Parts: sequence; structure tokens; C-alpha cells
Amino acid sequence: MALPQVAPVETPQIEEVPADDRPWVTIVWDDPVNLMSYVTWVFQKLFGYSHDKAEQLMMDVHNKGKAVVSTGARERMEMDASQLHGYGLWATVDRA
Amino acid sequence: MFRRNGSQCVAMFAVDEVRVLRKVAGEVVGLLMDGFDHTDPVVGRLFPDIYPDRPEDSAEFRLYTEGDLKTGKIDQAGAILAALPDDGPGEVRLDGEEAEAWLRAINDARLAMGTRLDIQGDTDLNDELDEAVVHDPASSRVFQLSVYAYLGYLQESLLNALPEIDER
Repeated sequence: MALPQVAPVETPQIEEVPADDRPWVTIVWDDPVNLMSYVTWVFQKLFGYSHDKAEQLMMDVHNKGKAVVSTGARERMEMDASQLHGYGLWATVDRA
Repeated sequence: MFRRNGSQCVAMFAVDEVRVLRKVAGEVVGLLMDGFDHTDPVVGRLFPDIYPDRPEDSAEFRLYTEGDLKTGKIDQAGAILAALPDDGPGEVRLDGEEAEAWLRAINDARLAMGTRLDIQGDTDLNDELDEAVVHDPASSRVFQLSVYAYLGYLQESLLNALPEIDER
């Protein structure tokens, strides 16, 4: 099969892409108010995770102080964090 | 406290409970509607910086999202006010969507109160309450701690009354 033809002039630009391509993550931080059962429910509700996976994530937040709850494009992580704020979870966005 | 009845979550509230719930939901709405002070720790907790190390990026993101977030929080507190009896005791029946709004609104109220009460990870609520009662049984701290504890039980009961997400 023939590969799509790429104009040589585009090559330098493509080489710059990987740095920008690094995915982003949404992080949820432990806090003393939110109930463990509520946090588990939010993870199920928002991300469609199974109860077991949501509970494991909640325990990670609880035991380690924080956990990555989703990974992907920056805009999507910002949307996840904003929705988590709607549920009252303490969420931030960072580079993976 | 809530229990499941068919597809609904049902609770019977005494007159004092109705008044307390109206008060806390009203206070959350008030906090969101009045002058919005970002240096207030409660506002900081309800609307956290999305990029803690990059204030400018956080501020820009806030510009686009804070209005919707605020409206959502006012609406969910409004769902509590809408479902409660006007005055006096009464039954509250919530469908799935209403129950979700209640859970979120109770959580906002607990976050606001927990921040004001300086609740920490190792805070033992019963110890705090005992200490506050010994200090002054009529103090506002005793009342606030009792309401905070009550809201935690109420939220937990509503979570237990929800149909399993996996079942839907």
C-alpha cells in the first residue's frame, strides 16, 4: 500500500508535535468532607466506571492523597475537572 | 433519613429537619448569589483552581466555566427547597434526577460548613461535638456541628436508597 504523501516541508513541524501530544490528566485530591460512598458514586456516575473500579479509585484518593481519574486531551480533562467541581470534588488538571 | 420505595427515594422529615434543610440550602444559594469573594475559603473550596500552579490559566478557565458551575449549584440547592414542604413536617419523594440534585446540594452545604468548621481528615465529629458542648452547649458551634453531622447521615442514607448504578 502506498503511504499518504507528505510534503517534506511539513516534517519539522511534525517533529515538534510529540511534546504537545503528551496527554493530560485529571487529578482528584483527598479532602476531609466528602463521604467515601459519595466519591465512589460520583466516579461511577461521571465516568461510567464499575463499582469496583470506582471504589478502588476512591481508595487511592483516600490513601495516597490523590489519584488520576482520567487521561486524554487537555480540553476533555478540563471538562472532567469542571464537572467534578459541580459534584464538589476537588479536581485539578496537569500534564501526564 | 431516606429509604427506597419503588423507583423513588423517600424520607419523612420532622419540622425541625425541614427548617434546617431550608436554612442550609438557602445559605448556599445566598453564598452563590451575593458578592462572590474568591478569597473566602468556602468559595475557594466550591470553585477550586483547576491549575494550582498557574493562576493565569486558572483564571482564564474560570472566566468560561464559573457562570455555568455557579448556576448548576444554585439549581441543585433549589431542588432541595422545591421538594421540601413549605413549613411543618412532611414526606419528600425524589426520582433519580431529583435525588442526584439533592446529593450534590447536600454535598455543597457540607463542604461550606466543613470549611467554616475547619473539619480536618483526623477530626472526630463526636469528640468535636462533646468539646463544644462542654465549652458552651448553647453555642453556634454546637448547632453547626450537629447540622453538619446530620447532613452527613442524610447524604449517606440517600446514597444507600439510590438504585445501584450498575442495575440501571
